[in-house]
Amino acid sequence: MGAGHGHHLHFHGHSPIHRMPAHLKLLSLVAFVVLVVATPREQYWAFAVYATLLAAVVAVSTVPPTYLAKRLVVEVPFVVFALLMPFIASGPYVSVGPLHLSEPGLLGAWGLLAKGTLGVLASLVLGATTEPRDLLVGLERLRLPHQLVQIMGFMMRYLEVVTDELQRMRIARESRGFAASSVRAWPALASTAGALFIRSYERGERIHLAMLSRGYAGRMPVTHRVSATPAQWAQAGILPGLALATMALAVTL
Amino acid sequence: MSAPVLDVSGLAYAYPDGHQALFGVNLHVHQGERVALLGPNGAGKTTLVLHLNGILTAGAGSVHVSGLPVAKDNLLEIRRRVGVVFQDPDDQLFMPSVRDDVAFGPANLGVRGAALEARVIDALDLVGMVDFIDRPPHHLSFGQRRRVAVATVLAMQPEVLVLDEPSSNLDPASRRELADILRSLDVTVLMVTHDLPYAYELCPRSVVLSDGVVVADGPTRDVLTDDALMAAHRLELPFGFDPRTIPAP
Repeated sequence: MGAGHGHHLHFHGHSPIHRMPAHLKLLSLVAFVVLVVATPREQYWAFAVYATLLAAVVAVSTVPPTYLAKRLVVEVPFVVFALLMPFIASGPYVSVGPLHLSEPGLLGAWGLLAKGTLGVLASLVLGATTEPRDLLVGLERLRLPHQLVQIMGFMMRYLEVVTDELQRMRIARESRGFAASSVRAWPALASTAGALFIRSYERGERIHLAMLSRGYAGRMPVTHRVSATPAQWAQAGILPGLALATMALAVTL
Repeated sequence: MSAPVLDVSGLAYAYPDGHQALFGVNLHVHQGERVALLGPNGAGKTTLVLHLNGILTAGAGSVHVSGLPVAKDNLLEIRRRVGVVFQDPDDQLFMPSVRDDVAFGPANLGVRGAALEARVIDALDLVGMVDFIDRPPHHLSFGQRRRVAVATVLAMQPEVLVLDEPSSNLDPASRRELADILRSLDVTVLMVTHDLPYAYELCPRSVVLSDGVVVADGPTRDVLTDDALMAAHRLELPFGFDPRTIPAP
């Protein structure tokens, strides 16, 4: 119950990438992804360069590549869509064995796969090297409205509490002989969802009371200011810098 | 004698839906006392607790904390002086890490930097949870979470600690550990509980609240052995527990 399992993404470590302030990592990630997306997909070599850059970052971070590879599974829906594109797009066709494939579709699929995979991999590196709460501090540092940051913080804290609650309700339901086998079971599932909503709402009210009791007056106190040294800024700039050079070259060629 | 830490006089309160929960409660708690607040479900115990730190505002009567009236203008100081530990630690611990959570209260009071860090460490040290400072609360056991919940309030250096059902859902070892911690603290305690052996073990004095009024106030042993009083207010000793046969703690 609750105890014992860590966050699914974070990989504990002490590499320079782990130590870098979260807001720099976020900026670096966004810049990298934008540059990758802006690169014309016909410049195949540019994507090889991006992949090499990212591989270097992974190597420095000491996160095992297999750890990241397993988590790349989230990309599967996009992969499926990319694989469909050569079949459903129109335009000049090429024959590959028995298959009749659309050329623009193939190119589109390649672009989607390459850019998507690079983006997901870069985000996974951020997730693996940054504690969730540091990520929140980073977002706050980047001037994301504090209400949004608070909402994300509460979500992080209470996701497991609410999942546990749902789990207990499911066990209690099934212990009384319930099986969600047909449409006739839906009303019971709907009232479970309703009950969970009410419970969460009431919990929200109790949390608010507990916060007021400790002097909360509408704003979270800012207790630690994170700041980055010029050296850290320079470090964080390496990846987007090299990516920018690659992109510029790819556009002019 | 100095001003009582808690001074409740003639406190009455009705909820907005018209349900009257308190009918003139009088209660004094002095510096250093540990008092148990007993009573059946629906007696108004929680309502009374929510008046002590100004979450609810008295319909009639008054609440003073070390001489300071509970009123809108001094709510922040009142909430520093009265530390309430709620029943479900998941309600109390809402920050992503133990450190942030314990820092929340003192930070609201304006404490920053090294002083804040010192408060957090000291409070966690009092409940024996310093080693867990960087853990997220949902990775702790229930007993550990309850202890951290106590620390979040201790970090505000309250004059009185108000605990709502501190022993509920704890296994016997966690229950005993919490008792040891509460005994070791140099702070006035008001403890709302249904756990009568726990009240007897920790609190020399007990107050019984029933139907919104105080019906008994005296040494815990006398209250628990007054059979007529106990029966009249739906209080029952658990099987096998008889304060008459147990030496005073």
